[in-house]
Amino acid sequence: MTAPLDVSGSATEAQPESVLAGAGKDIQGRSLTRIAWMRLRRDKVALAGGGVVVLLILVAIFSSPIIALFGHPPLEFHQDQIDPATLLPKGAAGGMSSDYLLGVEPVNGRDIFSRIVAGAWISLLIGFLATVVSVIIGTVLGVIAGYFGGWVDQVIGRLMDVFLAFPLLVFAIALAGVVPDHGFGLEGNGLRIAMLIFIIGFFSWPSIGRIVRGQTLSLREREFVDAAKSLGARHGYILFREVLPNLMAPILVYATLLIPTNILFEASLSFLGVGITPPTPTWGGMLSEAVRFYTLPHFVIFPGLAIFITVLAFNLFGDGLRDAFDPRAH
Amino acid sequence: MLTYIIRRLIGAFAMLIVISMVTFGIFYVVPQWAGATPEAMASRYVGRAATPETVHLVAERLGFYDPVVVQYGNFVKGIFAGAQYDYGAGVEQCPAPCFGYSFISGQPVWPDLLDRMPVTFSLAIGAAVLWVIAGVTVGVVSALRRGSFFDRLTMGTALAGVSLPIFFTGMISLVVFSYGLGWTPPGGSYTPIDENPALWAYDLLLPWITLAFLFAATYARLTRAGMLETMGEDYIRTARAKGLKERQVVVKHGLRATLTPILTLFGIDFGLLIGGAILTETTYTLPGLGQYAILAIRTQDMPQVMGVVLVAATFVVVASLIVDLLYAVVDPRVRLS
Repeated sequence: MTAPLDVSGSATEAQPESVLAGAGKDIQGRSLTRIAWMRLRRDKVALAGGGVVVLLILVAIFSSPIIALFGHPPLEFHQDQIDPATLLPKGAAGGMSSDYLLGVEPVNGRDIFSRIVAGAWISLLIGFLATVVSVIIGTVLGVIAGYFGGWVDQVIGRLMDVFLAFPLLVFAIALAGVVPDHGFGLEGNGLRIAMLIFIIGFFSWPSIGRIVRGQTLSLREREFVDAAKSLGARHGYILFREVLPNLMAPILVYATLLIPTNILFEASLSFLGVGITPPTPTWGGMLSEAVRFYTLPHFVIFPGLAIFITVLAFNLFGDGLRDAFDPRAH
Repeated sequence: MLTYIIRRLIGAFAMLIVISMVTFGIFYVVPQWAGATPEAMASRYVGRAATPETVHLVAERLGFYDPVVVQYGNFVKGIFAGAQYDYGAGVEQCPAPCFGYSFISGQPVWPDLLDRMPVTFSLAIGAAVLWVIAGVTVGVVSALRRGSFFDRLTMGTALAGVSLPIFFTGMISLVVFSYGLGWTPPGGSYTPIDENPALWAYDLLLPWITLAFLFAATYARLTRAGMLETMGEDYIRTARAKGLKERQVVVKHGLRATLTPILTLFGIDFGLLIGGAILTETTYTLPGLGQYAILAIRTQDMPQVMGVVLVAATFVVVASLIVDLLYAVVDPRVRLS
């Protein structure tokens, strides 16, 4: 409840400090994005998550110089680091030293640090691009369902239900099995990466689609859409110029939250041996090799931690972003 | 309520049709898109050592030269009515449900699947029971003691739980609890339930907890948020004003309303669950469907992989249908409509 407006003389003379501090400047309206940005800046946990995300992206981009500076080529064997009798790394803690920061792999002695750094870009690339695919499909279908309603909405709604309950991993395993080594003008891991991006993106669009549909339903009833309609705007104009710009915030938020899910998914497939094929280093693939070496905790822990930290960072940042844009959270 | 049930049954049926189409597409259409000729596809069914004539013959008999619609029709017919395979050495009868023959072992796929189903399904169902109980309990207690140490601890753990891959937690817990402390059996232990139920539960305990942990985290967060909202409603105040015991207010009035969205999520989560079960199986080397599918992929034994896909997808559809019907019991809006 707002108090009745006080128009007596004293109110105009006694200014609150905040207004005095900004005296002389024009008072600016705050856009929703601005308010969200201010909230986000106060959210230390989300900022930390965002910082780690930026750091990871930098690591993925500059993986070659990082490996050149601190490690050895990720595919290079270092038999001198391996005890020939046991095939395990020489020295304590899995061969960790200033030369091999996170130790070496058993049997062939590859540098674990380099392999984790080199594995970052596949995780991030697939995580990002698969999300782009689902955002495109989800936004298009969600906007159409929400804006046109009626039987179109019914059909797309049922489709979303079917996809949401789909045993995605099982189908991905099967697809990874049937796709040949050559195809679609690509081959080897290039084909596999493209295929994983497509599969993961294609099956995870409903989470975005649902949000977009719900938002469009309420935007459709707003005055500015009525205004555009009464001015004779076509459906296409209203969808792209009136509705879509207002959907950017929720799409951004839920896309951020979808990235970690997709990263986990890629790791799962590589762990099962149906994702990216060795010897290309991936975090999931490293863990699947580690299954056979339970006596070597460093071999399990470092790739696992890499996945965990990446996914957690995206989740924290995405949660913070959602809270910042969601007026109910405050 | 009858219309609701009928609509759900039709929905489940539609889902099965979509699944059969997608499965068919994966095994028969996608390879052709990617540029595989009928001969190349047929060679997967006879092994790599066959002569071109044999391959051509098999491609013809498996119908790879037929139009896609005809092939799909035969595929569905095989599942419901059985099929006859003629590999040249006499006609083989494949009784319904026909998922074809493994071309590595030459045995029909269906008995193999029947053998392995109990492992995967007891893992999945046990974990589901565990995570619903654990997740909802933790969520309710956290909501009632909002801001307490317990609340912050469990919600922090839940956030971490959502971000941890199952195969990582599984490997760590195997290292710690099986090989380190010796509390749980080593990886690969499984006893059928009809042989020794106690040993069955003991063998599956660690896989259950590992699989349930991920989901329990999500459910705890959802329950907590739902309870916080519900407990602020007017009818909760009314219930308290009537002089009901706090326990009754929480369970009968608060939790009852919170459970509906959780049940909705539960119906959707079976697809994820079967994937999680496969990952858990592989981590603990349990002899289930997942391990079967992975081995089949390594040997390119396509009928086996296809069988696993269809069985897993059908499990998801049936489980979601059961949850949907339960929904009618819990949600009065559905029951009375």
